[in-house]
Amino acid sequence: MIVLTGLTKQFGGLLAVDNVSFSVGKGQVLGFLGPNGAGKSTTMKMIAGFLEPSSGTAEVAGFNIATAPVEVKKRIGYLPEGAPTYGDMTPASFLDFIAEIRGFDGTDKSRRVDEVVERVRLKEVLTQPIDTLSKGYKRRVGLAQAILHDPQVLILDEPTDGLDPNQKHHVRGLIQDMAADKAIIVSTHILEEVEAVCSRAIIIAHGRIVADGTPEDLLARDPNHNAILIRAAPEHLAGVEAGLAGLGSISRITGDPDALDDPLLRIRGDGGPAIISRVSDRIREKDLNVEEVFVEKGTLDQVFRQITTADPAPEATPEVTPEAGDA
Amino acid sequence: MRNILIITKRELKSYFATPVAYVFIVIFLAMTGAFTFFIGNFFDRGRADLEPFFQFHPWLYLLLIPAISMRLWSEERKTGTIELLMTLPVTTTAAVLGKFLAAWGFTAIALTLTFPMWITVNVLGNPDNGVIVASYIGSWLMAGAFLAIGSCVSAMTKNQVIAFIIAATVCFLFTMSGLDLVLNFFRLWAPELLVETVASMSFLTHFRAVMNGVIDIRDLIFFTSLITFWLFANVIIVDLKKSA
Repeated sequence: MIVLTGLTKQFGGLLAVDNVSFSVGKGQVLGFLGPNGAGKSTTMKMIAGFLEPSSGTAEVAGFNIATAPVEVKKRIGYLPEGAPTYGDMTPASFLDFIAEIRGFDGTDKSRRVDEVVERVRLKEVLTQPIDTLSKGYKRRVGLAQAILHDPQVLILDEPTDGLDPNQKHHVRGLIQDMAADKAIIVSTHILEEVEAVCSRAIIIAHGRIVADGTPEDLLARDPNHNAILIRAAPEHLAGVEAGLAGLGSISRITGDPDALDDPLLRIRGDGGPAIISRVSDRIREKDLNVEEVFVEKGTLDQVFRQITTADPAPEATPEVTPEAGDA
Repeated sequence: MRNILIITKRELKSYFATPVAYVFIVIFLAMTGAFTFFIGNFFDRGRADLEPFFQFHPWLYLLLIPAISMRLWSEERKTGTIELLMTLPVTTTAAVLGKFLAAWGFTAIALTLTFPMWITVNVLGNPDNGVIVASYIGSWLMAGAFLAIGSCVSAMTKNQVIAFIIAATVCFLFTMSGLDLVLNFFRLWAPELLVETVASMSFLTHFRAVMNGVIDIRDLIFFTSLITFWLFANVIIVDLKKSA
């Protein structure tokens, strides 16, 4: 549905997007991640037809954005960063305008508007000027505008930015509901969102794709993925540590930001999930005095930091030194 | 075409959703009235025509039209709505025309509301209504040319104050270029052809010609080609600016 081939954008001397290629099919929700200034928004603006690529092509539903921009725009719903809307209009008149320009009229138009108002829950503010609405409502007006014509392709630039947890939950639910018959790209800073709604994630840094996979794939890149955390009383800690020797690299975690009182031991296996059974066997066998054992899943935060702060060859630096306390 | 009208409708609505429209219309009517009666000596002339009314239009437009046009594009760029507008299935040309027509339509409304002036001269005497109709058309065309310049300038900057000042300056040059004040400067060194060209660009010259009651096809062509040229430049600037 969306096919990018060698998409590149240069602003003067700045290479904002550098040879980005990927495709997104129907039913896929792509999470687009990256630090500020990595080129996420620029890439989305090019797909939506706002910016012209310096080189490379973007195709949406078979139409090239450079040669058939209007055809592409008809098939895309786009929520720009910050969800800009005409502040002096009311949501009702704004959505009416969008529906008209999307080619609906008469009862079809009012049905579309009613439907989308229902969907994003705008009913109670329909006749207030958008300028006077709260950030959450403004964002929802922007979202309503993007999904009003039930597009095949949806590009959402930070759709949940500035929403409270309930609203975030609602918007995520909305995205999931629409996912089945659309190709969706969502950019976000919130990594839990990727785990919650995305079937695939791409991390972009310095304009280049540095990681591409399912959220689970990315999680597996965390050096602490499937590591075992063991809590023991301080007086037993040394004993436990000695008892577990040989199972993997063991490190002590102190000053953990998650405010755990007792010191923790982290055991990283040499790969493979089987480490948990080996650890539990060993604990039983030696009757080690532990209070709690759990498996770490790893966090996308960690993966994100690891990938986006690494120098040119991010792949080549998996675990240099086991940095205790940086969980 | 349909899209142009939808954009025009939206823009026109937004004029009236804010105090802009009302402030503009009130000031415009008050100032045309004041100029006509106090400076134009409407009564003392003892003639039933609207010349004292129309002759101040270029100067009023100089101040008021850039105030309308300054927000056309720079506001869209400032608030980011240009990204919304240009990712809707409309062409840049349709957007430029839609916005221009809204602003031009708005000046038509303001101009129409000066009708009591027309009634007044008809009550007081027997004016040549043909001349008055011609003058109204000329005034509206001239407003269109001012607006096209202002719209194009507005697309160049995010800052409305800058848009206002530059538009007012460019309009001032176009208005003044027929006066000896400007032409003498060119006569000192420029060939006659250039002087003629500069003089022929003058809004005042063309507007005065229309005000005399003769709608010459050349004056019509002058204003419409000027509007076309500036709107064409406007489309190019909008396209250039959004990719940079």
